[in-house]
Amino acid sequence: MKQKEIAALLDEPACAHNHKAKSGCAKLQPGATAGGCSFDGAQIALLPIADVAHIVHGSIACAGNSWDNRGTRSSGPGLFKIGMTTDLTEQDIIMGRSEKRLFHGIKQAIDSYRPAAVFVYNTCVPALTGDDVGAVCREAQRRWGTPVVAVDSAGFYGTKNLGNRIAGETMVGQVCGTREPDPVPPGIERPGFRIHDVNLIAEYNIAGELWHVLPLLDELGLRVLCSLSGDARFREVQTMHRAEVNMMVCSKAMINVARKLNEAYGTPWFEGSFYGIQDVSQALRDFARLIGDPDLTRRTEDLVSREEAKAQAALEPYRARLTGRKVLLYTGGVKSWSIISALQDLGMGVVATGTRKSTEDDKARIRELMGQDAVMIEDGNPRRLIDLVRENEVDILIAGGRNMYTALKARIPFLDINQEREFGYAGYTGMLELARQLCLTVESPIWDAVRRPPPWAGPEAADEPTRSPLAPLALAVPETGSAPAHAVGEPGHA
Amino acid sequence: MPEILKRNKALSVSPLKASSTVGAALAFLGFHRAIPMLHGSQGCTAFGKIFFVRHFREPIPLQTTAIDQVSAIMGSQDLVVEGLRTLCEKSAPDLIGVPTTGLVETQGADVEMAVGAFRQAWPRFAGTAVVPVSTPDFAGCMESGYAHATRAIIETLVPTRTESGTQPGRRARQVNVLAGAHLTPGDLEDLKDLIEAFGLSPVVVPDLSDSLDGHLPETDYSPLTVGGTRVGDLATLGDAAATLAIGASMDTAADALAARTGVPDHRFPHLMGLAAVDALVTTLARVAGRPVPARIERQRAQLQDAMLDCHFMLGMSRVALAAEPDLLVGFSQMLEGVGAEVVAAVSPANTPALQNVAARQVKIGDLEDLELSARAGDAEVLIANSHAVPSAERLSIPLLRAGFPQYDRVGGYRRTWIGYRGTRAALFDLANLLLGQERGEIHPYRSKLKQWPENERADPRPH
Repeated sequence: MKQKEIAALLDEPACAHNHKAKSGCAKLQPGATAGGCSFDGAQIALLPIADVAHIVHGSIACAGNSWDNRGTRSSGPGLFKIGMTTDLTEQDIIMGRSEKRLFHGIKQAIDSYRPAAVFVYNTCVPALTGDDVGAVCREAQRRWGTPVVAVDSAGFYGTKNLGNRIAGETMVGQVCGTREPDPVPPGIERPGFRIHDVNLIAEYNIAGELWHVLPLLDELGLRVLCSLSGDARFREVQTMHRAEVNMMVCSKAMINVARKLNEAYGTPWFEGSFYGIQDVSQALRDFARLIGDPDLTRRTEDLVSREEAKAQAALEPYRARLTGRKVLLYTGGVKSWSIISALQDLGMGVVATGTRKSTEDDKARIRELMGQDAVMIEDGNPRRLIDLVRENEVDILIAGGRNMYTALKARIPFLDINQEREFGYAGYTGMLELARQLCLTVESPIWDAVRRPPPWAGPEAADEPTRSPLAPLALAVPETGSAPAHAVGEPGHA
Repeated sequence: MPEILKRNKALSVSPLKASSTVGAALAFLGFHRAIPMLHGSQGCTAFGKIFFVRHFREPIPLQTTAIDQVSAIMGSQDLVVEGLRTLCEKSAPDLIGVPTTGLVETQGADVEMAVGAFRQAWPRFAGTAVVPVSTPDFAGCMESGYAHATRAIIETLVPTRTESGTQPGRRARQVNVLAGAHLTPGDLEDLKDLIEAFGLSPVVVPDLSDSLDGHLPETDYSPLTVGGTRVGDLATLGDAAATLAIGASMDTAADALAARTGVPDHRFPHLMGLAAVDALVTTLARVAGRPVPARIERQRAQLQDAMLDCHFMLGMSRVALAAEPDLLVGFSQMLEGVGAEVVAAVSPANTPALQNVAARQVKIGDLEDLELSARAGDAEVLIANSHAVPSAERLSIPLLRAGFPQYDRVGGYRRTWIGYRGTRAALFDLANLLLGQERGEIHPYRSKLKQWPENERADPRPH
């Protein structure tokens, strides 16, 4: 990919980051960088397309260290879960045999697995040696008749976010609009009930959470032409151009897809979230608003009030257990506000939130929810997070899986909110799972046990629980047996 | 000697191989207050980190030189210098490992020179040891990367006999252990116990059983490893009475250590099965000049008893194996020792050690190859990493998880496979998996001539 193409992808007119003050899009610093590369981002964005053979063209690290490590689920084909890579050897690189290997590799994938399409992800080494992956893919498609799509996503192009955009760009440029949608099955539409076609963009069906939402959309007559890319099929991606509305779910990463579909086909889009009761309702209402079918609007209101009442009733017992608990939220993502309102629904107090990737608009929204004194974390290094937990007597840290074991080592209750998690929190029913998971860890009896020093450490051990001044965590807190298990013993306890 | 079948297809499908770069990182993670910084793009590190976090369920210190578009073309030396400076300023590690990736090796980066430039520019960080190692992911596998890193650590940080005046045997009770990548933290704990039972004092290089054994330290956060071989201890290796090298992959590291220190070494391809453990115990008794302790003899007798109990299930059983070379050799020989047959053996990379695999053929390949040859050989049990779960399901046979990565179970990293006790546990587990299979069950035959009672006349079984 050429420098100017990368620059064009980074210059996204629809993204608020582009024209509003933001909090530090840090340049990569050697020795102090966390996060994935463009290949990682491109693969995350497209891998959930279930009936595609995903071939990673490169040396082994790109696929060998990473395949099958996402929690996304399919309702049918499992092809996407099979790792495929050209696994380039030293000889392939030195002798210039890697394009040939790729060409034969595409044939092998088609012969063995009959995929709906083949996606080829370009990575650092062949990008550096100058493999013409696009040409190989075009020739393979011509020769064998299966769609073969080149995703030019070498890791050194940039961040994971850029990779998401490359993925989106590739789908819009090469796949969307290559097929017309199937007709709506007969017997479904009736007077007062018309089917409307929509897309979900940047929804990955983590742990199957899309299936919490789909029944609602079905009931309203909203046909998801394609979820890009949770539980998607190649033939669905082909029809995305026909949607009446696009919803950008929970991330600005593929905002270019929404913008380009808007430019090319005039499809209106909105940004929304399926986390938290209010936001789910809002998303459903936004669909109705943009479609402008009065009958749909009426049915949406009926469904919202019915589902909200049901969810509120089901959450009541959890609310009693979670009210007053303090949360530190560090998603690093732009939709902190969505999770905040979900947690507030449960009666929890959010003492601080990450805003590394948030725009000023996002921050204003956060202040609206958390009050003017909201603590915003720009730099979420683990030391800082742990200190914030201690200073604010936080009950639970909610963050990405990357921070999980750091939190546990500091004896801090933790909830994983990112890609790798095993539970789905979307939709009204997802809120129940979220509440259950929060209770499960916050109320666990282990927290006292893991902070308790060995009894043989002597009476002075109770006064001087640890040798490290950094760690007030080995405190025994016997007199607070029934109180919430705080992540920290009170600093002045001894 | 098995026939080695080389890779004959364009794609690797369901890869078995992890990169040599992360293998090198793993070796550095076996040192105290250490951090590996992979010389590549940020994704190389992000993937490596998730790979280890999911396996060990521990925070994993791992950094990157973060190659971008410009440095990919214009050269990356400045990034190495910058990364080393940042790490030293932030957390003053005892050791920084700098394994290279395929990206920078293709570029032609000279990482040794880059480290030299760092030393020149930042003399005030001389207290931090820095070990570069060339581990492109287009060659070798995890095991070889780990071995290269261990050799590089020895060559960089163990002083030669002439420069430091070390003397083999001056520390008469010290035994150096060069621990191969196939050994789990649980294996190393057991090995240290065994060595200590002879009144000897082991220095394990690298010591994952002290850093990644899953312990809750008192400090709440560290950007570096907590536990592992002390860098300072490397200076004492030359005074040890003996060196034990476990795994054929550690041969070059053992050569390097012997050449620098003159300490006599004893090499073991693996420590699984009665014969292999007997060889180690015999050596330890000789090095220590002591008889074998009674409790070790007891463990040996327990293993022998287990072999008697298990041979009914394991004898002539058909096993399919996929693992890196040293682990593959160990498992295959242990299985051979109880009369089992390895009907499929797959290794991610070719090494001379594969000549010792006890099987007719060894395929250099992936988990698709494993599945195909397991099916062809009518395997009854699979031994491989967690990625083999879908294969085991399709084959309808049980999976014993071994090797990297193991992410769908808790505690795979602490499993002990070696020694008399570890072997016994492995045999029991395998035998139990086979017992659960109802092998050799004879299905009822319904004679038409039998005088069936009225209520049994209709055949209850579906046809």
